[in-house]
Amino acid sequence: MNTLYMVIQQAMFFTIPLLLVALGGMFSERSGIINIALEGIMIMGAFTGILFIHLTTGKLSGQLQLILAIVISVSTGIVFSLLHAFASINLKADQTISGTALNMFAPAFAIFVARRITGTQQIQFTNTFRIASVPVLGDIPVIGNMFFQNTYITTYLGFIILIVSIVVLFYTRFGLRLRSCGEHPQAADSVGINVYHMQYAGVIISGALAGLGGLVFVVPTSTNFNASVAGYGFLALAVLIFGQWHPVKIFGASVFFGLMKTIAATYSAIPVLSTSGIPSYVYKMVPYLATLAVLMFTSKNSQAPKAEGIPYDKGAR
Amino acid sequence: MQKKRDHLGFLSSLFAIFVGLLVGMVILLVSNPAQAFQGFFTILTGPVTHGLKGVGQVFYYATPIIMTGLSVGFAFKTGLFNIGAAGQFIIGAFAAIVVGIHGKALGSAQWIVALLAATIAGFLWGAIPGIFKACFNVNEVIACIMTNYIGMYLVNYLVSTNASLYDKIRNYSKDVAKTANIPGMGLDKLFEGSSINGGFLIALIAVAIIYVVLQKTTFGYELKAAGFNKDASKYAGMNEKRNIIVSMAIAGALSGLGGAMLYLAGSGKHIVIQDVLAAEGMNGISVALLGLSHPIGVLFAGLFIAYITAGGFYLQLLDFPTEIIDIITAVIIYFSAFSLFVRVFLLNLQKKRELTQKANEKTKEGGTAE
Repeated sequence: MNTLYMVIQQAMFFTIPLLLVALGGMFSERSGIINIALEGIMIMGAFTGILFIHLTTGKLSGQLQLILAIVISVSTGIVFSLLHAFASINLKADQTISGTALNMFAPAFAIFVARRITGTQQIQFTNTFRIASVPVLGDIPVIGNMFFQNTYITTYLGFIILIVSIVVLFYTRFGLRLRSCGEHPQAADSVGINVYHMQYAGVIISGALAGLGGLVFVVPTSTNFNASVAGYGFLALAVLIFGQWHPVKIFGASVFFGLMKTIAATYSAIPVLSTSGIPSYVYKMVPYLATLAVLMFTSKNSQAPKAEGIPYDKGAR
Repeated sequence: MQKKRDHLGFLSSLFAIFVGLLVGMVILLVSNPAQAFQGFFTILTGPVTHGLKGVGQVFYYATPIIMTGLSVGFAFKTGLFNIGAAGQFIIGAFAAIVVGIHGKALGSAQWIVALLAATIAGFLWGAIPGIFKACFNVNEVIACIMTNYIGMYLVNYLVSTNASLYDKIRNYSKDVAKTANIPGMGLDKLFEGSSINGGFLIALIAVAIIYVVLQKTTFGYELKAAGFNKDASKYAGMNEKRNIIVSMAIAGALSGLGGAMLYLAGSGKHIVIQDVLAAEGMNGISVALLGLSHPIGVLFAGLFIAYITAGGFYLQLLDFPTEIIDIITAVIIYFSAFSLFVRVFLLNLQKKRELTQKANEKTKEGGTAE
């Protein structure tokens, strides 16, 4: 039973960042802009957030420090994603190439600055954010053990953002407009929606969530930041496709992928798996193989936004 | 007209390089003003100041990224974005290493067989996203990202679980046989002290072959036609599905061969077991973009990136992290992404100049007529 609790607690650490970043990608792609730069934005967000924690250690600690770091990561993500928005919306650049450039820039920049400031590539930080047990809720049998012990506020933040995303995308005027820009921007424009503004909004939301996701990924799973989020940005893209651009399905996909990552990382501690003889690489590969399989079977009626990746040109016929 | 456009493309590449270097300069200035200019100078001249050894080192660095650049560029020409070069690269490297370790019986032909094995492995691995695209209409970018990670984990798995391939203590693949290393072909004598080898000559041949295939053959024309307009090429009676698969497979073969060239260079490179994608794959994208996907352009772009990478290596003598080179490269890519914009801007400028020239001539003519 304790193993099960540990797996679920660990799975949360892997699931929540995937959920956040994939939701971010969803907002961008729903507005018609492919954001392949999620990986780079995560790195930048994690970098500034962790650097802040590193520099304020001793002066600040606990949840206040984490919340301030979150604000910094989100802001960094927004600023960095603006580069992508500018290139792909204003200059109509190839969105995949612009994203690739940002992905290359982020780790190089993070290492460069880290070495200038701390002398080494890695940024150490002290984790004072873990909540051993949430008051009252943590005492509930079974459920308390699973979801309210050994946890972080970011986990709950992830769930709040999931609910907000569903509401915003499907039950607000903004969400409807955003979706229309991803499906048929000319039609959206013809009824007075400013397509460029909507696409900027989509990319900015993706930047904010990816920046946050970077921090949320690093804090529970490590004690130092090494200019990498281990391909999580690309995995989030897979989650996005696996979840067919729909927030609830994205949640399901991130739980599945998170569980696979957890098994790959902890399988030696799980008695059933460590004796089964299946190497950890299999679990590492499964998310990507599963995504390919899903792509194969859903391509005929894919839910991908129709106009994504095509720079919006007002004069196009 | 075609010539004029190429000329503008070249200008927009130069513009991207200029901005990239400028940003690099600014970052150097901000981080360490005292040594900034010396550092910048080192990036630009580092390899040359170390004589033939430095130049040889540039060719050595350039070899694998010319191959991945050629791979990405070839796919671009046929309308596909091969972001999967990293996976194809490591799969090719793996095939080469297997032959390099187990194929001692092949004797002096071992390195040739190893290169062939890598090419075939890359060909097959590259065909996968092609098949997904052609048969299931799956975006090749996404399929490539997936095959990148699958390839990386697969190679890590295959190497680390095979005692005959795996050096457990150092956590990387074992040494290949001496006969598996690509011979120097005289280049090692010419550029003494550097890690250059015959791989560079093979890369040059690959550049020439891709150039001929794309520009001078019906086959290449069909592949390009499928890239320009899939439906039109289908209407013209070409097998567009086969063309997509073949394009991706050839791109994969080039990357796979590049992987073999890096790990059979005899410079002490091993496949390290870590969950990181091969950097040469991503660099291939930079090289292809900077070289405008043209084989000759890719050759020069590869040499350029290798040149500043070698320059960055000497930068360590000063107090600068070498990541500045990656930053410069990223900025160059970012700006070459909107080369279209720069091109349109330059075209407009040219048109304006022509118009004002014509207007001037007219007024002159008008003046003489009076």
